[in-house]
Amino acid sequence: MSEALKHFADTYLMWNEGYLIWISDILIVLASIGIVAALTYFKKWKWLWRNWLTTVDHKKIGIMYLLAALLMFFRGGVDALLLRTQLAQPGEHFLSAEHYDQIFTTHGTIMILFMAMPFLFALFNIVVPLQIGARDVAFPYLNAISFWLFFFGAMIFNLSFVFGGSPDAGWTSYPPLTELGFDSGPGENYYLIGVQISGIGSMATGINFIATILKLRAPGMKLMRMPLFTWSTLASCIVIIFAFPALAIALALLTLDRIIGTDFFTMYHGGDPMMFINLFWVWGHPEVYIVVLPAFGVYSEVVATFTRKRIFGYSSMVASLMLIAVISYFVWAHHFFTMGAGADVNTFFAVASMMVGIPTGVKVFNWLFTMFRGRIRTTLPMLWTLGFIPNFAIGGATGIMLAAAPGDYQYHNSYFLIAHFHQMLIGGVVNGMLAGMYYWWPKMFGFTLNERLGKWAFWIFNIGFYICFMPQYALGFEGMQRRMYTYPTDMGWGSLNFVSTIGAYLMGIGFLFIVWQVLYSLRHMEKDTTGDPWDARTLEWSLPSPAPHYNFAVIPTISDRDVWWEAKEHHHTSDLLPKVDQIEDVHMPKNSARPFLLGLSFFVAGFGVIFNWYVLAFVGLAGIAACLIARALEDEEEYVLPAEEIVATEQSLGRV
Amino acid sequence: MSGMNGTVQSRSERHSPKLYIIGYAASLVLTAISFVLALTHSMHVGPLVVLLTVLAGLQIIVQLFFFMHVTESEGPPYHVVLLTLGLIFTFAVALMSVWIMAFGTNVSY
Repeated sequence: MSEALKHFADTYLMWNEGYLIWISDILIVLASIGIVAALTYFKKWKWLWRNWLTTVDHKKIGIMYLLAALLMFFRGGVDALLLRTQLAQPGEHFLSAEHYDQIFTTHGTIMILFMAMPFLFALFNIVVPLQIGARDVAFPYLNAISFWLFFFGAMIFNLSFVFGGSPDAGWTSYPPLTELGFDSGPGENYYLIGVQISGIGSMATGINFIATILKLRAPGMKLMRMPLFTWSTLASCIVIIFAFPALAIALALLTLDRIIGTDFFTMYHGGDPMMFINLFWVWGHPEVYIVVLPAFGVYSEVVATFTRKRIFGYSSMVASLMLIAVISYFVWAHHFFTMGAGADVNTFFAVASMMVGIPTGVKVFNWLFTMFRGRIRTTLPMLWTLGFIPNFAIGGATGIMLAAAPGDYQYHNSYFLIAHFHQMLIGGVVNGMLAGMYYWWPKMFGFTLNERLGKWAFWIFNIGFYICFMPQYALGFEGMQRRMYTYPTDMGWGSLNFVSTIGAYLMGIGFLFIVWQVLYSLRHMEKDTTGDPWDARTLEWSLPSPAPHYNFAVIPTISDRDVWWEAKEHHHTSDLLPKVDQIEDVHMPKNSARPFLLGLSFFVAGFGVIFNWYVLAFVGLAGIAACLIARALEDEEEYVLPAEEIVATEQSLGRV
Repeated sequence: MSGMNGTVQSRSERHSPKLYIIGYAASLVLTAISFVLALTHSMHVGPLVVLLTVLAGLQIIVQLFFFMHVTESEGPPYHVVLLTLGLIFTFAVALMSVWIMAFGTNVSY
């Protein structure tokens, strides 16, 4: 018995691998006990189930996405600090090579797929229906499924660290290294299954928001009257539905290679490992535009609001969003110029890559022209936007350097590349998502976040960013390659790496300030009673904060681009308020436990596949089938919200 | 009463199950033919690849007409734009992948 237990502890729980595992185990157990105890003590189980786990309300789903994204930001950030600690000095032994490989793999995968993606889905969910005057997304039930697939996909991926071992072949997971013969552990399976499950959810979200934006706009909200965040969501979702299938196929084929022994990407029987790399980047390059386009949308909203001006060049903004969405699809081979496909291929993709810089440049200039002679208010969303612009200019310039194929042979896979894409993804995406979070926080929760602590967070994080990543450009030129777990003293990389590590810790402190800011603001709440704390421009600010669960008592008629601003300017805001005699019964989607159970079934099935425990896999698949059949047989998926109830709610909000 | 997505629902009630069954059968038959052709090695590789591509194209058409109802829509035909874009992307990815993977190597197709 004790032998069997020891075997289990060593193989699955990895208790022989040292204190990092033990600390994680203890923290996970303590956190779980804490959550269960708190829910039981405050008698909140029913509340959790009714209000959150079974909800189909886009605003609540958005809040759950946001929470998940912040948690994953923390986990990915801790990974980053472990990596930087290991690299702080030459010849360090803080992490072993195997652990280092696992941690950079989870860092990359989590930050892109389980932090950036849910963060932007959070903003899509919270903002888009309110901006276009809709009561919910086009398919609320599917929206809940998307969330739970993401959630359980992320759960699977995160579990790998304490159960069976993490993936260790980089977030790109290139074969043949990831084939069974070279990487036998369950780690790679965790990666393939976890990303696959959450990817299904992402595709569904893409479809859902395209349908929402095209079909559920309020009367008068023509396409060219839509706020730019909604436009950026549309662009991002178009890229999602065309790019994610490529990833799904690549991961599925590699899973087949590993599970049933096919030879799609092996070296035998005509298999071609390079085809995985090709397919991965067919998704992978559009993916960076998927995450950055919504950030562009946030900047457009923030800049217009806090300079109190119409956005400069609205139609060129729309055109450049759409151009980026299309061109971004024709640049993927620049991720493997050094594969040796030859001069013709590389020239085509180098030129296409440089072309993306043009519409992006148009956007940056439009933001600058909007600010020009405006009355800039340096609130938190505006600060993060202002911080983004120099960041993006440097990152864009180094991007053009990387896009030049002959030069890329020098920079490829060096720290120059690492510095470049962190500058784009932190300076571009994280800044944008945080700006969006601060901007719409009052709309989500009904109170604003403390300004002073937020400014500390901004300055520490941003100064930390430059201290961390500027030295890495130099390290790249000095020949330091990515993914090396240590380096000898005589390379002379020691001091720059040490500086970089200091910067990384500063960014960590900046994040802690954000956490402190949220907790502080929860205690000392500055309530937003107006619904429009920023004196903003678009439709969502005409609603109370937080918006009632049916959003609009009466769907408003839209007459202008910045409809709320125009209404305020011409003193007819009352046109956007509901009138009692116009309020009618509303059909609302019913809550359902099935999206949660479907996600859980995917989790069980995925777990079965990862460990080749086929009984478990079949149990999970049976659960999936049961959920789908139950949905197909369902007749009453909506309920009627009576007009009297809406009138009562609106009266309590003082709107009628 | 104002529905949330009333138009989406009323449309689906027009179809009889026959349409779906025909579509389902057609897609199964097309899949079966492809698998048999690939597994039995009864053709040369060149023509086989062409035939499989044609079958895949037919499969797309079956999906679009029987399950996704491309010919029916109310309001502006946004889906035509998206479908065209999808076709361009699909062909671009397939053809350019062949180009990238075959260029300058001694693999011949």
